[in-house]
Amino acid sequence: MIEYRIERRSGVSTYQQIVQQTKQALRLGVLQPGDKLPTAREVVEQTAINPNTVLKAYRELEREGLVEPRPGLGTFVRRSLARPGAAADGPLRAGLVGWVDEARAAGLDREDIAALMASVLEQRFETGVPAAPHGSTGPEGPAATD
Amino acid sequence: MADTTSVPGAAIPAEDRPAVEAVGLGKRYRRDLWALHDCTFTVPAGRICGVVGANGAGKSTLLTLAARLIEPTEGELRVFGEALSTPESRARVAYVTQEKPLYPSFTVAETLRVGRELNPGWDEETAQRVIDMGELPGRARIGALSGGQRTRVALALALGKRAELLLLDEPMSDLDPLARHELMGVLMAEAAERGTTILVSSHILPELDGVIDHLLLVQAGRIRLAGDLEEILDGHQLLTGVADGAELPAGTAVERRVRGRQVTALLHTGEPVDGPWESTRPSLEELLLAYLRTPLPTAVTAPDREAVA
Repeated sequence: MIEYRIERRSGVSTYQQIVQQTKQALRLGVLQPGDKLPTAREVVEQTAINPNTVLKAYRELEREGLVEPRPGLGTFVRRSLARPGAAADGPLRAGLVGWVDEARAAGLDREDIAALMASVLEQRFETGVPAAPHGSTGPEGPAATD
Repeated sequence: MADTTSVPGAAIPAEDRPAVEAVGLGKRYRRDLWALHDCTFTVPAGRICGVVGANGAGKSTLLTLAARLIEPTEGELRVFGEALSTPESRARVAYVTQEKPLYPSFTVAETLRVGRELNPGWDEETAQRVIDMGELPGRARIGALSGGQRTRVALALALGKRAELLLLDEPMSDLDPLARHELMGVLMAEAAERGTTILVSSHILPELDGVIDHLLLVQAGRIRLAGDLEEILDGHQLLTGVADGAELPAGTAVERRVRGRQVTALLHTGEPVDGPWESTRPSLEELLLAYLRTPLPTAVTAPDREAVA
């Protein structure tokens, strides 16, 4: 079970906060396939937010194929977002650690690195640059063909 | 603006069924004192609607009209489609006023008993739970309770009534932060479970953020904004830029403020604006404060409202 923390002054809409916290829990394995999300009633009683907001967030998660409503039972997790490459011992993380060390050695501080990272993410995701074919540039080298 | 074109009897989905509809609604208390004038709006069923405005703007008059405790001077008001007050229609509505009129000589338990006897659909469990959360002893006299404790009893009565429309006039103003959060949670749970429509007035703006999904902004007795909150926020933008930069698009500025070289403006348009502006979607509080700071100079802003409606 997950408990949502709603920060009203964060500038992020309450609906987005629920979507993001659910996805975060799916990435970290706090929520796994088959787990039940709290009911709208449970969420709003504890957080004092609008019930329609919770339902809207759950519909968004459903549209993304992450959860499914089972009539009369509740809303259940369909699939996990945990990615093997992003795990604590995964190769993507190791690559990023190396890059951050390089950036620090080049004199960038934490805020510089965060700003650079945000800017690159913005550029690569917002302008519709398609992801490179999987495996072509990863640290693990070319993917085995089958 | 508010949709007044819905046809009675048409197949309207439950969530779009209007709970409260006002057309040209007004209330005059003395010969020349209009507390509300020419108000037209619709609140669909199942919404949590914030009724916001400065002191004396007409919020309480609007709620009292919706509760049918006073008669409108002009216009029409329908509650769940009914234009007239009947015993059945009154059973569907609960109203918690700022004064919370309760019998001071009654105990808490006696007050709940009155609620039970007077309301056929009484929900003892919910009413008692609201009392218990505040650790109010049943034998305590209403007259000896604090303002916040009396508010709790009044809300317990309103929730016990299982009304379909809850009208709450500044319900949280005398509660401590914990009780406020707790009771707002109970109200929201009630809405989640029963699809209760709630009209809640407040001048504590952060209290409404995340709670309401519909807005009625009352200003000087008129409805300045009415509608779905997300749509209203999407239809506004907060611009910041350099004061001697580009002009703002004509007729859309709700408020324009200059601090040194910086200018900040709230625009009533969702359309992108050309020029060296940084544009963000306003928060509920930013939107409301901008409107509250700029009272309607009579008649002058009317064309603006039409231009952007």
